[in-house]
Amino acid sequence: MLKFVISRRKFLTSASLGVSGIMLSGCDAFDSQLRVGDGLRSFLEGANGLTWRAQRLLAGDSLAPEFTEADIRQPQRPNGVTAPDDDVYKGLLANNFADWRLEVSGLVEKPLSLSREQLMNMPSRTQITRHDCVEGWSCIAKWTGTPLSLVLEQAVVKPQARYVVFHCLDTIDRSLSGDIKYYGSIDLIDARHPQTILAYGLNGKPLPVENGAPLRVRVERQIGYKMPKYLRRIELVDSFAAIGGGRGGYWEDNGYDWYGGI
Amino acid sequence: MQSVARSQSTVGPDAAAPKDATLIYRQSRWTRLTHWLWAISLFFMLLSGLQIFNARPQLYIGKESGFAYNNTIFAIGAENTANGPRGYTEIFGKRFDTTGVLGWSGPAEQETSRAFPSWATIPSYYDLGTARVVHFFFAWILTTTLVVWLVASLVNGHLRRDLVPRIDDLRRLPRDIVDHAKLKFHHSREYNTLQKMAYGSVMFVLLPLMIITGLAMSPSMNAVLPFLNDLLGGRQTARTIHFIVMLLLVAFFIVHMLMIFAAGPINELRSIITGWYRTDPPAHGSKTPQRGA
Repeated sequence: MLKFVISRRKFLTSASLGVSGIMLSGCDAFDSQLRVGDGLRSFLEGANGLTWRAQRLLAGDSLAPEFTEADIRQPQRPNGVTAPDDDVYKGLLANNFADWRLEVSGLVEKPLSLSREQLMNMPSRTQITRHDCVEGWSCIAKWTGTPLSLVLEQAVVKPQARYVVFHCLDTIDRSLSGDIKYYGSIDLIDARHPQTILAYGLNGKPLPVENGAPLRVRVERQIGYKMPKYLRRIELVDSFAAIGGGRGGYWEDNGYDWYGGI
Repeated sequence: MQSVARSQSTVGPDAAAPKDATLIYRQSRWTRLTHWLWAISLFFMLLSGLQIFNARPQLYIGKESGFAYNNTIFAIGAENTANGPRGYTEIFGKRFDTTGVLGWSGPAEQETSRAFPSWATIPSYYDLGTARVVHFFFAWILTTTLVVWLVASLVNGHLRRDLVPRIDDLRRLPRDIVDHAKLKFHHSREYNTLQKMAYGSVMFVLLPLMIITGLAMSPSMNAVLPFLNDLLGGRQTARTIHFIVMLLLVAFFIVHMLMIFAAGPINELRSIITGWYRTDPPAHGSKTPQRGA
């Protein structure tokens, strides 16, 4: 009996010493296992796929909460790129976006090239919603735009299409192979959701430059980085293999989860 | 024959009873397994959560964050002063210098502006995307474990036998408080009143509140359960509650560790690893049964 206790005691003492040792050195060891592409990282990222499926199952077509005029207490806080320094963009802005077109391409029967007037002549939707930034802050504003579903209907999405990719005019990063323009993607369920709009109006006025003029997407059931600004082209794809780093978006290629419903 | 006698006297399913009568089988394998899964999940969720908080080290009350008006109740930041950069923590507008830990920290001459220090975050460097990956992975583990524990504890009687408060517990509360204050611990099969209160509030108040306020921050879950944020007072209030509950869980952890060291760490650790717990020898002449630390 005595022998049993001592060996157990020894075991527990060395185990607790071992655990505290791992805790102290473990943080650095853990850091080095968390880069994009690492095995442990990829395993942990599997939870995002689970969240995506679970929330799709639970959420269905349900709408994000909408608010009242009284809830709009401040201008919409701009984030990310707020003044694109790109020559093409500045040229379009100088002409008040008269020469700007939204291209719709990829896996569609009828590729489109839409001017701002054409988009504004389509049926519109106005909604007062809360923008939730991945950083943790929220801001309520009124958005007006063309439902993305109408644009997709007009372009006639091919059956093999799985995702909608947004290509933007603003440079978010520079790499050895050149400027990286912002890009991002959502699935067709969110793309066809009634609150997913291509917004050209904010709080009753034309969309300002800092919030994404001439056009940005609103995906009300996801986090802010899933709603690209300064839209140039919408591409229907069946995989992300040919898009940036292959993870579906600029921030995704830099380690963010692709599904941003959480 | 000895092995037969042993298995007959075994209380639990997965261990042989030692001959020593004061050793009892106290914690079922479900309790032990879920305990350690929580310990691991909460460790990673705390450190990744502090990293997520660092991305916006302010807490607000209401539906949104005030930028053109002030609804900030808590903030950690750094500012330039005559004595160089200083870290500060602001609670309800009252500012405290927290240089070295909160707001401004790091190795000498390499301090940086960050709310929670490097040693308290996962990853140690600033990386919001990775912290979210870690946080949400362990959120699934934590929540699943809580459900498994609840079902197992209902089935094996842990809940009814050990955690449900009784009239007796109320009667014993004053003596329990005095005993704890004197660091006088009794070791028995049952939890004492303060233990029941502490474990019960973690299991049935703090962890569920953590999960609910976490869900309330998810834009997709807001579409599923729109009443959640109305109930909690808005998404930013939910985020603030999430943070406060974190502080309470950390406080629980500290007290939990102190109690374990005070009550006998070897015995306490053994019971949560193997299930076996050494109780006090039967007290002669005492009418009320003594209850565990």
